[in-house]
Amino acid sequence: MSAALEVPADRPFRHVGQPRSRVDGRLKVTGGARYAAEFDAPNLLHGVAVPASIARGRIRRIDTEAAVAVPGVVHIYTHGNRPPIPASDQDYQDAVAPPGKPFRPLFNDQILFSGQPVALVVAETLDAATYAASLVRVDAEAEPHETNLERNRFAAYVPPEKRSGIAPPPETRGFPDAAFNVAPVQIRNEYHVESEHHNPMEPHASTAIWEGDGRLTVYDKIQGVMNSHAYITGIFGLDADQVHVLSPFVGGAFGSGLRPQYQLFLAVMATLDLKRSVRVVLSREQMFTIGYRPETINSIALGANADGTLRALKHSAIARTSTFEDYQEVVVNWSNLLYRCENVGLDYKLVKLDTDTPCDMRAPGAPLGVFAIETAMDELAYAVKRDPLELRTQNFADTDEIEGKPFSTRSLREACRQGAEKFGWSGRPFEPRSMREGKELIGWGMATGIWEAMMTPHTARACLTADGKLEVGTATADIGTGTYTMLTQVAADALGLPMEAVTARLGDSRLPKAPVEGGSWTTASAGTAVHLACRKVADTLLGHARRMPGSPFANTSLDHVTFADGRIVLRADPSKAMTLTEVMQAAGVPQVEAEETAEPDPAMKQQFSSYTHSAVFAEVRVDEQLGVVRLTRIVSAVAAGRIVNPKTARSQIIGGVVFGVGMALHEESMLDHRLGRFMNHNLAEYHVPSAADIPDIDVLFVDEVDERLNPLGVKGLGEIGIVGTAAAIGNAIFHATGKRLRHLPMTLERVRG
Amino acid sequence: MNRFAYVRADSTAAAFRDAADPAARFIAGGTNLLDLMKYDVERPSRLVDISRLPGLDGIEPTASGGLRIGALVTNSRAAVAAEVTEHYPMLASALLAGASPQLRNAATTGGNLLQRTRCMYFYDPATPCNKRQPGSGCGALDGVNRNHAILGASEHCIATHPSDMCVALAALEAVVHVTGPNGDRTIAFADFHRLPGDEPQRDTTLAHSEIITAVELPPQGYAGHSTYLKLRDRHSYAFALVSVAAALALDAGGISTARVALGGVAHKPWRDPQAEALLVGQAPTEAAFRRCADALLHGAQGHGGNDFKIALAHDAIVRALTQAAAGTPQSQTDKRIA
Repeated sequence: MSAALEVPADRPFRHVGQPRSRVDGRLKVTGGARYAAEFDAPNLLHGVAVPASIARGRIRRIDTEAAVAVPGVVHIYTHGNRPPIPASDQDYQDAVAPPGKPFRPLFNDQILFSGQPVALVVAETLDAATYAASLVRVDAEAEPHETNLERNRFAAYVPPEKRSGIAPPPETRGFPDAAFNVAPVQIRNEYHVESEHHNPMEPHASTAIWEGDGRLTVYDKIQGVMNSHAYITGIFGLDADQVHVLSPFVGGAFGSGLRPQYQLFLAVMATLDLKRSVRVVLSREQMFTIGYRPETINSIALGANADGTLRALKHSAIARTSTFEDYQEVVVNWSNLLYRCENVGLDYKLVKLDTDTPCDMRAPGAPLGVFAIETAMDELAYAVKRDPLELRTQNFADTDEIEGKPFSTRSLREACRQGAEKFGWSGRPFEPRSMREGKELIGWGMATGIWEAMMTPHTARACLTADGKLEVGTATADIGTGTYTMLTQVAADALGLPMEAVTARLGDSRLPKAPVEGGSWTTASAGTAVHLACRKVADTLLGHARRMPGSPFANTSLDHVTFADGRIVLRADPSKAMTLTEVMQAAGVPQVEAEETAEPDPAMKQQFSSYTHSAVFAEVRVDEQLGVVRLTRIVSAVAAGRIVNPKTARSQIIGGVVFGVGMALHEESMLDHRLGRFMNHNLAEYHVPSAADIPDIDVLFVDEVDERLNPLGVKGLGEIGIVGTAAAIGNAIFHATGKRLRHLPMTLERVRG
Repeated sequence: MNRFAYVRADSTAAAFRDAADPAARFIAGGTNLLDLMKYDVERPSRLVDISRLPGLDGIEPTASGGLRIGALVTNSRAAVAAEVTEHYPMLASALLAGASPQLRNAATTGGNLLQRTRCMYFYDPATPCNKRQPGSGCGALDGVNRNHAILGASEHCIATHPSDMCVALAALEAVVHVTGPNGDRTIAFADFHRLPGDEPQRDTTLAHSEIITAVELPPQGYAGHSTYLKLRDRHSYAFALVSVAAALALDAGGISTARVALGGVAHKPWRDPQAEALLVGQAPTEAAFRRCADALLHGAQGHGGNDFKIALAHDAIVRALTQAAAGTPQSQTDKRIA
C-alpha cells in the first residue's frame, strides 16, 4: 500500500469511530434478511441426512425399503448408490482444514463417528423426507471405539504436521524443570475444560439451485463463500463459473461455519445427480455432528520467587481430535505471551478419539489455555499473598519472548488499570470469604485475555456511480458481527459520503476474493481493502478534477484535498470544492471503479508482534450451602486498536462475555463413552446462559490505535470478549468461597465440592 | 416425525371414540408431545385435539372451600390467577419456576401432569431406553445420569419426572379428576404418577382413553408458610436438579402439619408421610428439618453422575423448610435464594 493512500492524519473520521446502528438491522428484524435455508426454487426438493448411531464400524446393509415407499420420496443416496465422487483426500480439503484426511460423506462403508451421515433421503416435501429418513435402517457392525480423553491421555502425541496458521509451541527456553524444582514457591495443577458445541441459532443449511447446463447457484451457511466454492468445484469437477455461492446473511456460526459442512456436499451431490434443486438443513441434533471445541486437559507448573516473580513457566495441554484429522489450535503459547519468564516449557499434544473432528470455536484454544494460566496465576498470588492484579502486572511480558519481538502496541496494562478502576478493584479485601451478604458469599475475581491481531489478504471493489451512490464489495461474510455496517462506515469516510449513499455487498463468490470471516481479522483486512479501493476511486476522481479546464485542483494530490459531504474540497482554500457528481459529469464517466488488495505488511510482521488484550473483572455471589452461583457484575476492558463502531463493538464484546459465562458455568457436551455419542444434543439439555444468568456487562475500550498494523489502526474484536471470562469467574468464586475450581463448567456440584 | 391423522374433538364422547386406537394420542398444548414426535419418540397414528373441549378451562372455588382448576387452563393463567396466588402461592411459584413464558402460554394444567421425562436416552431413539422401547435396557443406569433419580428408581429405569407444578400439587394433596369411556373418577395425586418398577413405559395410572378434566385443590393452601425452591443448572429454563415444595401449618405447639414434596429426584414427585410426621409437634428448627430430610432421603441411591443430588436434596429440603417456617418463600424472579 502506497503512502499516498493512507489516511491523512489530520482528516477526522466522520463515521469510523462513531456508534452506528446496523445498516442491516431493519432487514434482520423484519425478516427481510434471508438465510441459506430460506431461498426457494421451483420444484425444490428436500434432503434429510440419516445419521449413524455407532461411533465406529462398518455398514453391512442399509435397508431403505420402507423409506422409499413413503409417498414423495424421490431418491435415497447411500455409499452404495451415490454418484461417483473423487477418492483422493486432497479433493476434500478446504481452506481451513487441519492436516489429515477430511471426512468424505457417503464415500464408503466406514463409520468414523456417531452421527455421521450415512444416507440422504431426497423427497418432494420436507415432511416426507424427514419421515422417510426415520424409516431408514442401518445395519452396521460395530468395532471397538474410544471417546474418553482422560482414559487415553497416555496415547497423546505431538501432531507431526502443523496446521496452517496455528503457531506450534516454541522450543523450550532455559531450564524450566530445574528452575521449577528449586523455586521457593511452586504451583502445579491440572485444569480441565469439557467439550462445547457452537450452537448458533441458525442451523447449517444449503440450498443448491439447479440452473440447467450443469450450473448451480448455492446458498450456503458459511463464513466464507470462497471456501464453499472451491470445495464444490474441486470435488464435483465443476468450472469456477459454473458455481455461484451466496451467503448474504449468517445467523451465528462462531467458527462452525468456517469449513464447508456435509449438508453442502449432500445438497450439491443430489442437485447435480437429479438435475433438480435440493435443500438440506441440519437438525439441532445434527448440529452436534459438525465439530466442537475440544475437551482439553491443561497442566501448569509455575515456579516463583517469594515475591511472586516467575522463575519457571510450564504449560502443557492434551486435547481431543478425531481419528482422521489432526485438529490443532493455540492453547499454551498464551501463557508466555502474557508473562515474562526465563525458563519456559510449553507443549501441546493430541489424542485421537472416535468422534467427528473438533472445529474452531470462538477464540479457538485461547480460553482453554488462558483459563489455566489465569487460574494458576491467581493461585500464585494467594501463595505469595499478593493482590492478583498486582502480581500479574509485575510479571507481564513487555515483549514477545516467543518470537523475540516487540509488540506493535500493547495496552494490556492500561486495560487492567481502566478495568480495575471501573470495577472498584482497589476496594477488594485480599482474603477469600471476607465479603458476605445474607446467605451469600461475595467474591471478586479478575483475569486477562489475549488474542492475536491478524490481517489476511482481502480484495475489495468500490464503484461510485454518477448518482453519487457508492457500492463496495468483498467476498467475506457478516456472521452477525456487523461487517456490513463497518464497511459502510469505512467506505463513507474514505469518499466523504453519507452512510446512506453506500451499499456494502458480501457473501457472494463473484465478489473480489476474501477468505473466511474468522480469527477476528475482518475489520483489519476487509476494512482496509475497502478503504484502499475507495481511496483509489478518490484518486481517480481527483485525476478527473485536475484535468478539468480551470480546475482549482490542478497540481494537487490526495494530500491536498479532503472528501467531505459528497465533495472534493481543497484543504488550502475550502471555498474551492466540487461535488463528486459534477466531476464525473464533467469527465463524462458514468462510474469510477477500483479494486484493491489489502495484505499484511511483511516488514511489519517481521518486526513486530500484534495482539489484542483484555482485562475481565467479575463479581459473583455464591450460596455456599447449595452451590448456587449468581454472577452479578462483569467489567470487560478491551484494548483492540481503533474501534470502528463502538455500538456494534460493544455488542461483540458482550456476546463474547456471554460465551465465556457459558464456558465458565454452563456449557458441556456430554459424551456417553460406551456409545461414543454426545448425549445432550438439544438446547434444553445443552445449557447456554439464559438472560437470567447474565448481569450487567460493562464494556470499555482502551484508547489504542495501531497504525503499524493497517491504515485504520484496528486489531479486531470477534474473539477477545470470551478469552479471560471463565478464569475471572472462577477466580471470583475462589475469592467468595476459598474453593479453587479447576474444571469447567463450574456446575453446582463442583461448586459444592 | 411420522405421518399422522389429526382430528379436533368437540365433546369428550367424540374424543373417546376418536382415540380408541391405542396408537392415538390426545393433544392440548402439545409442548411436550410435539417435541417427542419430532424426535420419533412418539409416533401417534392420530392426534385428537382436545384443546377446544367445552367446560375445561375454568378456575372455580369448590363447595368444600377448595379450588378446581380446569385441565385446559394454561400454566401462565394459573400462575397469575388471584385464587391461586392468594391461597396457593406455592403452586403459583412452582408454575413460574417451570419452562419459559412462551411454553407456559401454551402448556395446560392437564398436560403438565402428563409431561414425560427429560432423560436423554428416552429422547434419543439411537440409544437403549426401557421407557421408550421396553426391553431395550436403561442407557442412563451406567451412562450420563447427572439428572437422574436417586429415589424409587429400578434397574429398568432411573428417569425423573420433570414437572415443577406437580411437585407443588403433590405437597398440596390435589385430586385429579378424569373422565373416560367408563365414566368419571378421581385419582389422589400420590396415586396418579407411578414408580418405574418393571414397567417404566407407564408414567401414570391414567388409562389410554381417559382425559384429565380438572385438578382440585383442598381448602388448605398453606399460604403463609410454604415455598417452592428449585435448584438447576442455570437460573431460568432448565429442569430441576432438585426441587422442594415445602408447606407447614404452625400453631402454638409448633408444627401441626408438614408437607414436603421433592422434584427432580424420582419418577414421580416424591413424598414420604412418615418423614413429614417427624415434624409434627416439633418446633421449626434446623435440627428438626435435618431429621425430616434424613428420613425423606432414606434409601437414596446415586448412579455416579447424580451422586451429588443426595446431599444437595438434603440441603435443599432444610432450606425450603426454613423458608416455609419463616414465611419467606422463594421468589422466582429474584434469583437470590432466600
